Amino acid sequence: MMKKLRILLSISRTHLSSRKKQSLIAALGVTFGIGTYIIMMGFMNGLNGLLDGLILNRTPHIHLYNEVEPTRVQPIDMWQGGENAIKVVNSIKPKLNQTRIHNALPLISYLDKQKYVRGATPQVKAQAFYLAGSTQLNGMLIGVDIMQEAELYNLNEYITEGQALDLAKNENGIIIGAGVAKKIAVKLGDIVQVSSAKGEIMPLKIVGLYQSGLSDIDNVQSYINIKAAQRLMGEKDNFITDINIKLYEIERAPKLAEELADLFNVAAVSIQSANAQFETGSTVRTLISYAVSITLLIVAGFGIYNILNMLIYEKMNDIAILKATGFSGKDVKIIFISQAMIIGLIGGILGLLLGYGVCVIIDNTPFVTPALPTIKTYPVEYAPKYYIIGIVFAMLSTFFAGYLPARRAERIDPVDIIRGQ
Amino acid sequence: MKILEALNISKSFKKPIEFQALKDVSFSIDKGEFVSIMGKSGCGKSTLLYILSTMDTDYEGKLYLEEHLITGQTSNQLARLRNEKIGFVFQFHYLLAEFTVLENVMLPAKKLGIKSLEEIEADAMHKLTLLGIQDQALKNSNRISGGQKQRVAIARALINNPSIIMGDEPTGNLDSKNADTVFSIFKELSEEEHLSLLVVTHDQDFANRTDRIIHMEDGRIKD
Repeated sequence: MMKKLRILLSISRTHLSSRKKQSLIAALGVTFGIGTYIIMMGFMNGLNGLLDGLILNRTPHIHLYNEVEPTRVQPIDMWQGGENAIKVVNSIKPKLNQTRIHNALPLISYLDKQKYVRGATPQVKAQAFYLAGSTQLNGMLIGVDIMQEAELYNLNEYITEGQALDLAKNENGIIIGAGVAKKIAVKLGDIVQVSSAKGEIMPLKIVGLYQSGLSDIDNVQSYINIKAAQRLMGEKDNFITDINIKLYEIERAPKLAEELADLFNVAAVSIQSANAQFETGSTVRTLISYAVSITLLIVAGFGIYNILNMLIYEKMNDIAILKATGFSGKDVKIIFISQAMIIGLIGGILGLLLGYGVCVIIDNTPFVTPALPTIKTYPVEYAPKYYIIGIVFAMLSTFFAGYLPARRAERIDPVDIIRGQ
Repeated sequence: MKILEALNISKSFKKPIEFQALKDVSFSIDKGEFVSIMGKSGCGKSTLLYILSTMDTDYEGKLYLEEHLITGQTSNQLARLRNEKIGFVFQFHYLLAEFTVLENVMLPAKKLGIKSLEEIEADAMHKLTLLGIQDQALKNSNRISGGQKQRVAIARALINNPSIIMGDEPTGNLDSKNADTVFSIFKELSEEEHLSLLVVTHDQDFANRTDRIIHMEDGRIKD
């Protein structure tokens, strides 16, 4: 069987090499199709990754907090009597509720034990004011375990001066939002006074500058140690307002969020419902890249179809001789399909190389934007997945382009050709 | 032994008009016999040859090769049969233009796939030597003369040691000197190797020197 295939392949190789120019042009069609696919996928997904990273990387997969809301079941709803009565309660107000999560510490240790949880981090969110002389600037202080945050949410990428470790070392340190720092004219090493909503004032040393790229955040938000935040609020160390959970599989977030909300009677928001627009954006961009690549490959496929059709006209005599000397119709079909697939393979491999080359060039092109402080060049993704899809696609499309002409060759009656002359 | 036997072969064309090309043709060829078929253009002799060659399967009647019925076999079986038992020589030399002379001769044996590549190459060189063109072996097959091409085609027909060689005006396109050479090669094969030959020809001199002439007229054998 292999031996037989080798003979047929040697025939198709001779056919191809005897018309190098045509074969090369056909292969180049595939090369451009696959190359474009690789470039589009690499660049688009690099960009997607960057944009997703902007929000998604530092967003917890599940966010637990206490929602302020009216009691869901009002006392009158529990009244069983008066079947025909209409129950009316006017002007319902939310119940006075604590902002901390009830039993937060046991909850965290429960989460840490779950296999699907990569990490659960406690946070204390505190409304505060930055004080600069007589000016009070509205702000939000987030008390965190900074090393855990840095590990789970890539915080270091957004710290433009200083680093996460500096905050861990200094209990009264603050990593201040870049926008805030600019407004109140402070720099690394300065002391900034903050005051809580209740009027508690606390001096903090600036150990880092934080720039997320979203100015709404950078103008208000700063990170401090969780202990410092609890002290500022005048609360004990079981005072925790938020728990951020990072999972191993992001897809499980919506379902787990529901389960946790039921289990612990807290509000739970999954990343999917919090950032639905990012999913949509990524999907649309991926769709566009596939549409363009497939169009190019279809064009390349028509090129191959044409060239093979021409080749078969030129090779009528060869087909007749092969059949007369005992090659079956199937053999002849294999000869021509294999030619198409050799074109596809060579064109496809060249396409992968072309795509990779251009990706490397894009990857090294400077790209500076104030919104993304740590990005220096255009982002490109080099997932092997795209290269595998690319070559498989090249082979498939050339197979189909070659199939119809090859089937025609299979059916040619050698007697017609031999007698026709 | 009868190498080839045709029993009541009939064939009609539907297009362009209904026309019966062969009417009830029966004959047989023995081992080592050199037979020629003669007749005017349109008498059906080529049509008969292509039916005998198994390439044309659209006919009525029965065809035996080495006393086995081959009528009704599948196209794959027939392809195998052509490869193994039947050698062809056409009026136009019909070599694969992009291959060397040696590769052309080797191809049917490679397809048969019984011998190793080295054995096939040795065989092919032997056949080329037999036909006196061994020095052309490595040339591209479209770079040799017409007479040489026809000898390469004969070498190719011989490579699998077939039971019968069929020719459709194998000398029709050659000058008299080359035609003579081709004839004597055929004669030698028939006398020395006891190979059966069946050749369609217009050439009376050629036909006269064969063992038997089958005359055809209007789709019938004329005696």
